[in-house]
Amino acid sequence: METLIAGSNVKVNQEGYLLDFSQWNRTIGEQIAQAEGIVMTPRHWEVIEWLQEQVKADKALSIRGIKKSGVLDIKEFYALFPGGPLKISTKIAGVPKPKSCI
Amino acid sequence: MKNLIILGAGTAGTMMANHLRPKLKKSEWGITVVDQYKTHYYQPGFLFLPFDIYSEEQVKKIGRKFIPKGVKYVQKKIEQIFPEENRVQLEDETLDYDLLIIATGSKIAPEEVEGMKAENWLKNIFDFYTFEGALALRNKLREWEGGRMLVHLTEMPIKCPVAPLEFAFLADSYFKEKGIRDKVQITYVTPLSGAFTKETCSTALGYLLKEKNIGLEIDFAIESVDNENNLIIDYGGRKIPFDLLVTVPTNMGDEVIARSGLGDDLNFVPTDPHTLQSKHHENIFVIGDATDVPASKAGSVAHFEAETLTDNILLYIQNKPLKPEFDGHANCFIETGNNKALLIDFNYKQEPVAGTFPIPGLGPLKLLKESVLNHWGKLAFRWIYWNMLLKGRPIPLVSRNMSTKGKKI
Repeated sequence: METLIAGSNVKVNQEGYLLDFSQWNRTIGEQIAQAEGIVMTPRHWEVIEWLQEQVKADKALSIRGIKKSGVLDIKEFYALFPGGPLKISTKIAGVPKPKSCI
Repeated sequence: MKNLIILGAGTAGTMMANHLRPKLKKSEWGITVVDQYKTHYYQPGFLFLPFDIYSEEQVKKIGRKFIPKGVKYVQKKIEQIFPEENRVQLEDETLDYDLLIIATGSKIAPEEVEGMKAENWLKNIFDFYTFEGALALRNKLREWEGGRMLVHLTEMPIKCPVAPLEFAFLADSYFKEKGIRDKVQITYVTPLSGAFTKETCSTALGYLLKEKNIGLEIDFAIESVDNENNLIIDYGGRKIPFDLLVTVPTNMGDEVIARSGLGDDLNFVPTDPHTLQSKHHENIFVIGDATDVPASKAGSVAHFEAETLTDNILLYIQNKPLKPEFDGHANCFIETGNNKALLIDFNYKQEPVAGTFPIPGLGPLKLLKESVLNHWGKLAFRWIYWNMLLKGRPIPLVSRNMSTKGKKI
């Protein structure tokens, strides 16, 4: 479905994840973050950019992957995106929610 | 004379030996299976062992009995694979191969979480993914008088992803029958955003947890276990207290994969998801839990993979292109307690949906719906496993690729 985020019409799924990364920009990310109760800092954006690079390189995202990333540790990941860091950060980043196979 | 070596005599390795022996000329190909253990466990039975539904004897047999005549069975530890030199180092001998099948499976690695395998391991912290763990838990449950029970899943991927949830459902029935359900608080703790690992299931089956009064804690990525205060703690500092922790630890591929430099972070071997050929060595094929393909780690998956892999190995030997055929097909019974079960049938692309199985429109089994018949299907599966599946016999009406017929898509 289409929805209006930060003045742009974007395609999202039922949970509010962007379906087309080319429609993403920082203002949209900022707006999604706000709805999740997160105020973005430069450090937040560094992590978001890293996540986007991983997805572009077709690498699966996981909590374990964060541990080995060298970019940040899991504690910091939780501090930046409290609750469910992976699902919240990917939503802000405009990339698909990481799937886990059954 | 050429050599085909199969590493691992679990579900996948045993099936491959049975598939390939009749298809490869004995004068041209020798087949060797290597596995360090004598016992072949019926792993789906580990779910029932803690609740005294199955006995010890029902879940184990001598592994050698299932290896066909004309296949050499070597019961030794595998030290290392040398893929560039086409040889495998065992504890006291070296084997050369022309073709290698890796079927070394996956196993629990509780040491990956701080405090999990510590002083309370097998005292009030248990796994049920090993024979030892399931048995120790059975003995504990026989005398346990109640309290807070957590059924916990550490991280994905795990073998048989629905097993922890089935465990929670069966625990509910077990304590009811014992007449102490009111003294037991059951909570399901998962790192995922829902109880089921597939979203369609979470939506269709969410009612089960409510109906059985099972609590749910989601998005819980465990960091450590506090043995002094009986708590599990996540990276965000969230703490959940317990009296009895039933956990599914991190699942990893065998250490031999790490020693040989053939695996990813979790020791799973990078494998083409459709041909099952190793991504890095063309004369190595991988099957079952040992692969990194995004399918369930389950016996049914190994069974469907085995059919495709058999064809591909014959094609490879004839220098013909491989078939990119495997679709991630999985077929799983899910015990829901009270002698009922669900059945799901899905693949890489198709999430589990409602419908009938295996005959479209007729069933008799129903997909994504609880029924008594599905429960009997699950129990009958033990016989099918020992007598048909391991021997590589096709299961009537169930094809290697998932059928969309009879499914409400």
